[in-house]
Amino acid sequence: MRFVDEYRDPAAARVALRRIAELAEGGRDGAPYAFMEVCGGHTHTIYRHGIEQLLPDTVELVHGPGCPVCVIPMGRVDDAIALAEQPGVVLTSFGDMMRVPGSSSSLLEAKARGADVRMVYSPLDALKIAQANPDRRVVFFAVGFETTAPSTAVTLLRAREAGVRNFSVFCNHVTIVPPLKAILTSPDLRLDGFLGPGHVSTVIGNRPYEFVPRQHGKPLVTAGFEPLDILQAVVMLLQQFADGRCEVENQYTRVVVDDGNPIALRILEQVFTLRPHFEWRGLGFIAQSALALREDFAEFDAERLFELPGVRVADPKACQCGEVLKGVIKPWECKVFGTACTPETPIGTCMVSSEGACAAYYTFGRLHRTAAGLAAATR
Amino acid sequence: MTGPSPDGRQELVLERVERFRRRRPRLTDDVVTLAHGAGGKASAALVDAVFLEAFRDDALAALGDGALLSLPGGERIALSTDSYVVRPRRFPGGSIGSLAVHGTVNDLAMCGARPAWLSAAFVLEEGLPVAELEAVVADMAQAADAAGVAVVTGDTKVVDTGAADGLYITTAGVGVVPPGRELSPQQVRPGDAVLVSGTLGDHGVAVMLARGDLDLEADVRSDTAALNGLVELLLAAAPRTRWLRDPTRGGVGTVCNELAAAAGVAVVLQEAALPVDRAVSGACDLLGIDPLYVANEGKLVAVVPAGEADAALAALRSHPLGSRAAVIGRVAAEPERIVLLETAFGGTRIVDMLVGDPLPRIC
Repeated sequence: MRFVDEYRDPAAARVALRRIAELAEGGRDGAPYAFMEVCGGHTHTIYRHGIEQLLPDTVELVHGPGCPVCVIPMGRVDDAIALAEQPGVVLTSFGDMMRVPGSSSSLLEAKARGADVRMVYSPLDALKIAQANPDRRVVFFAVGFETTAPSTAVTLLRAREAGVRNFSVFCNHVTIVPPLKAILTSPDLRLDGFLGPGHVSTVIGNRPYEFVPRQHGKPLVTAGFEPLDILQAVVMLLQQFADGRCEVENQYTRVVVDDGNPIALRILEQVFTLRPHFEWRGLGFIAQSALALREDFAEFDAERLFELPGVRVADPKACQCGEVLKGVIKPWECKVFGTACTPETPIGTCMVSSEGACAAYYTFGRLHRTAAGLAAATR
Repeated sequence: MTGPSPDGRQELVLERVERFRRRRPRLTDDVVTLAHGAGGKASAALVDAVFLEAFRDDALAALGDGALLSLPGGERIALSTDSYVVRPRRFPGGSIGSLAVHGTVNDLAMCGARPAWLSAAFVLEEGLPVAELEAVVADMAQAADAAGVAVVTGDTKVVDTGAADGLYITTAGVGVVPPGRELSPQQVRPGDAVLVSGTLGDHGVAVMLARGDLDLEADVRSDTAALNGLVELLLAAAPRTRWLRDPTRGGVGTVCNELAAAAGVAVVLQEAALPVDRAVSGACDLLGIDPLYVANEGKLVAVVPAGEADAALAALRSHPLGSRAAVIGRVAAEPERIVLLETAFGGTRIVDMLVGDPLPRIC
C-alpha cells in the first residue's frame, strides 16, 4: 500500500536496528535504556510488528498511559451504563469502549440486556443518529485525549448550529500532560526517556512537553505509529544520550508541527473547560487533567441533563494497572495477569482494549525468546 | 532469600498463563451477547458448555465444518447446516441467497465431500416484499445451479413484524465422500505447507462497507462463491492433502488457531505472503482491524505435504477462484497449539483467537 509500505520496509528496519544496537551498546550504566511509549497506538504497533523481539537487550520499551480506553475509571463506565439504561436513550460509543468493565457489567452486556447502545466511528455519526431519531435522546460517550476531543467539539458546535435538542455528550475527555507529570513525579519512576504521543501532538504541538527535559531531565521524541517511526524515534533518543543532549525532538514531522493545530485548539477552548480534578484508572485523581463542557454548552451536557449515579468505584485490590501504567512493573509481573485477568474476563482496563499494555502483551507479546528460537529452528 | 532470576520468573509466569490458556473455554455469561456469535473464544465457550454438553456425540465433538457419517453399505457422507442472517441482505458481489448456498456447499467440500443435495428453510418477517424474496430465491437457484447441487426440500415460517430482521435462511446439505479421502487435523504433520486460495477479508469488508455506517467508499466485492470445483482440482493435484477449511467468520487467523489446537502443532504464517487486496488492506488499516480476522466466503485454507505444495498451488491458480492463491506458511512441531506470524517487518508475534467481535480501535 503506498504511503504505508515505505514505513514498514524491512531493509530500512535492519539499518535502524543496527544503529540502535551501536548507540545502546552497554546500556545505561549497565542497565537497559528504558523508554516509555506514551500512546496505546505505539504499543499496538510495537506488538503487531514484533518490534520488541527485534530490539537489543540494551533497550526496553515500557508501555505508557496513553490508551484512552484504559484510563477511564469504573465509576464512569457505570455512569455510561446507567445512561444507556434510561428509557428513550440511545447511547453511542466508540467500539473499544464497549467491552470495558464497570463495577458489574459492560456496555456490551447492557446492550445484550436490551439497552440501545450503538457503536459509532465518529461523534458526528452520533449526531446523525439524533437527527434521524427526534423522539429519542441520543448521548455520545466521549472518551479520548486531545486527539478525539476536537471532533467532539466540532460535533457540539454543529449540534448547536442545527438546533438539535435531543443530543448530548457524556464527556470523559482527558489531557496528556498531567498524567505525564504524575508519572514523572512518581517516586518509583525508572525511565530514561519518552516516545511522545504522535496524534495528540498534531493538535497540541510539541511545546507542551518542554517541561519533560527541563524539569525532569528526560528526553522526549514525538513519534509516529508505523514501525519505522518507532525505531527512528528510539535512534533519536539514544542519539541524544550519545551527544549529551536532552530535549524535545519531533520524529513525526510529516504530521506534527511545533505549534499544533490552532483551529483545533481554538474550538477546544470554545467548547471545553478544565475539570478541577478527574480520576484516572490506576493513577488516581489528577488535578486539571480532564475536560468538561463549558456552561455555554450546558444544554448538551449529559452530566447536567441526566441523573447519574456518579459513584466512585475503587479499583479491584488485586489489580496492578496503576503500576503497569507507570511502568513500575511489566504486565506479566502483575499477580493476576493471564489467570484471573484475561481479555475475556478483564479485571483491570489495561487488559480490555487491544491497545492496553496487558492485552497487547497477552495477545502479541507472550512469545518469549525461546519460542521465537523454536520457530526460527523450523525454517 | 533468593528467588528465580527475573528472566526465570517471566518464564514461570508465561508457562502458567499458557496452561491457563489451554483450558477448555468456560461460559461465564448469564445472557447471550453478540460476542457469542462472532466465532472467537466466546463462541467456542457457548458451543462447548451448551451444545456439546447436551448432545454428546462423537461426530459432533469433532466440530468440523460438517459431520462425516458412514452408511450401512460403507459409503461415507458429509452432513452440514448453517443459518444466514447477514445485514444488508444484498451487498456488492452477492446476497443472503447466494451466501446460503455457497456457505453450506463449501462446508461440505471442506470435508472432502462432493455436495449433492440441499434443504432450505426460511423465516420471513411479516411485511417483507415478495419481490425481494423472489430475488433472493433466484440468487439461490442460480448459485445452486452453478455449484451443481439441487435444493430438494424446504420449509417456510412467517413471524410478526419485529420478530425477525426481514429474512433468515437456514440451509442443510448432504454430500458423498469419495473413498480414500481423509481430511482431518490428525493428518497434519510438522513441515506441511499452509496455502490460501486467494485474498483475505473481501467478504467481511464488503459487507461492513455495504452497511453504510462507516461513510467509507471503496470498490470491494464479496468473494462469495462455491468452492467444490476448486477442491476437486486441488485434491486431484495434491492427493495427500491433509486438511481443508473455509475461513468464514473469524477469518484465516481463527481457522489456523483451530488447526493448531486440534492437531497439537504450531502454524507459522508469513505476513509478507498473505494476499490482501489493496482496498481491503486500506479499509482495515483505517478501522484498526486485522484482515487475518475478517470473514471470507469464497476462500479455502489447505494444508498439504511440503512435497505437494507446488502442485497444489499450481492447481489452485489454474482456477479463476484461486488466481491469487499463495503458500502462506508452514506447520511446525512447536510451540504447540500456537499460531505465529513472522511480520513483514522482520519480527514475530502470536496470532491469538479473537475474544469477541473485532472492535475498531479508537486511535
